[in-house]
Amino acid sequence: MTTRTPKRVDVAGLVIAAGLLILAGLIWRDMTSLQLSSVYGVGPKAMPIVVAIGLAILAIGNAFMAVRGGLPSRESLRWMPITLIIGGLAGLIALIQFGGGFIPATAVLFVATSAAFGRRAFLVDLIIGLVAGLVIYLLFSKLLTLSLPMGPLERLI
Amino acid sequence: MDAFFALAHGLTVAIQPMNLLFALIGVLLGTAVGVLPGIGPALTVALLLPITFKLDPGGSIIMFAGIYYGGMYGGSTTAILINTPGESASMATALEGNKMAKAGRGGPALATSAIGSFVAGTIATLGLAFLAPTLVELAVKFGPEDYFALMCVAFVTVSATFGDSPVRGLTSLFIGLALGLVGIDKLTGQSRMTFGVPELLDGVEVTTLAVGLFAVGEALYVASRRHIQEEVLEPVRGSLWMTKEDWKRSWKPWIRGTLFGFPIGALPAGGAEIPTFLSYSTEKRLTKYPEEFGHGAIEGVAGPEAANNASAAGTLVPLLALGLPTSATAAMMLAGFQQYGLNPGPLLFAERPELVWGLIASLFIANAMLLVLNLPLVGLWVRLLAIPQPWLYAGILVFATMGTIAAKPSVVELTMLGVFGVMGFLMRRFDYPIAPVVVGLILGPIAESQLRRALSISLGDPLVLVQSPISATLLAIALIALVLPFALKGMSRFKAEED
Repeated sequence: MTTRTPKRVDVAGLVIAAGLLILAGLIWRDMTSLQLSSVYGVGPKAMPIVVAIGLAILAIGNAFMAVRGGLPSRESLRWMPITLIIGGLAGLIALIQFGGGFIPATAVLFVATSAAFGRRAFLVDLIIGLVAGLVIYLLFSKLLTLSLPMGPLERLI
Repeated sequence: MDAFFALAHGLTVAIQPMNLLFALIGVLLGTAVGVLPGIGPALTVALLLPITFKLDPGGSIIMFAGIYYGGMYGGSTTAILINTPGESASMATALEGNKMAKAGRGGPALATSAIGSFVAGTIATLGLAFLAPTLVELAVKFGPEDYFALMCVAFVTVSATFGDSPVRGLTSLFIGLALGLVGIDKLTGQSRMTFGVPELLDGVEVTTLAVGLFAVGEALYVASRRHIQEEVLEPVRGSLWMTKEDWKRSWKPWIRGTLFGFPIGALPAGGAEIPTFLSYSTEKRLTKYPEEFGHGAIEGVAGPEAANNASAAGTLVPLLALGLPTSATAAMMLAGFQQYGLNPGPLLFAERPELVWGLIASLFIANAMLLVLNLPLVGLWVRLLAIPQPWLYAGILVFATMGTIAAKPSVVELTMLGVFGVMGFLMRRFDYPIAPVVVGLILGPIAESQLRRALSISLGDPLVLVQSPISATLLAIALIALVLPFALKGMSRFKAEED
């Protein structure tokens, strides 16, 4: 069983509830911009209305849980690894966006993730990442003819 | 009798050399990926989907059969050897199996799980072969309103009835439904929730969601709490083989596990957790060696493993016959079908029987292959388990992003992968179930179009939903299943106040 401390407001839980309410609001606002079509039955607005109302009710339910301390207890967490992984993903996206190509982008993600899991041998990991990227690239773009993003390195192959 | 002929025909499809090869590749890949710690069968299928993009549908669906069963088997190996079940359905296996491995009986634990999976898989696949056509005959009579009601049942059972907290489960489901809104409305051509981003017009890709939630989310979660506990890999010591005593203690739990697993899996009741835990507690009650439970009782591995596999075959019944996925893994299988424009259901049985029956027959073959391959190859799988964690997760993320770009070469898709990853991390941290999101995304749009079809046939009369007896019954079931957990919770509150 989760140990719970009763009667303590869980701030994170309230933030989740607020997030759900915002999502409901977004769906509602998006729905109002739709035109009703003249076909029989329900139009494209019905489902967004149902989902938005459902989310709003669930936001209340979640807020209720947060106030009553119904959320599970959580262990401490480290932000460094999370930052590293998300940073690695951002690096990969940036490299692909600006034409760096698949292989270097893969290597960046590989190094960042393995650093997030505590490795400090950046150069070794960079080489492993490059080789892994190269193997995947060859396997998938040559053998399975899938199109992967090209950069200067990929055009040489 | 028809099922026999159809199955025999399916076997002739499945034993073509090319298809045998596909099944073999699927089994090997499925086990290899499924064995990696933290990767459950749903993620195994999601990660391996891109490999089959360019293959022909028949071959790749047979490959999926292998991946599905292989991933299940790989997951139990991990549960036994390092006590990190990739999914809650392997939790019962980890309970006793890991204790057996610690006591130097890892070999028999792996063996009873492999043979039990084979026995359960074979019986349950036979069940699938006979039950699915019956269900198809019934489903032919279903109108759109009945399908809509059926999906309501699936929504409720997957998210509310069998989870820890109905509010959290429904929250996950509605997030999935909200994601399902994104894209062009098929009936009127208007775009919804796209916010002017052209890449969103096609909607949210199921694989991107699943890979983000499961792979990226899991990596973030494990990395953030790596300082709390280290995983310990138990070496397989001693004989791999089961003694006569082990056999004697295993065969009944196999059968009982199958009897729990298949029917519960075939009902739209979501996942294999309930049958595995039912099987575990039954074996605990029936065993002649109750003192061994908690310290490595072989019945506690044999029963839940059989239940797990039988329910995996069971979930294929609603998936193939009705197009209704009731677990995250089944949702990924459905995504696999959809990438070829194939929609499982009565129509697929009628139009592409060779495909459906080829798949069912391939399940038998994949099952037999797993039995023959896995015990001899267990040394190889153990070596995969020993991959250092940093490289393992780095590799998983590289593969995950590769699959995403291969499916849709756009930066928007990768950003969505990252966003879903953070979402998956938060959901793990705050204990929201993940499967309902995937099921909501995939079933939401289908349920909507069935409802709109039903209402346009009835000229807008909503009473059509309760005038059809099938639909009225199903909606009543959905309503009961929705209210029941709240009512029970209210009752247990009184109990909690007593002590």
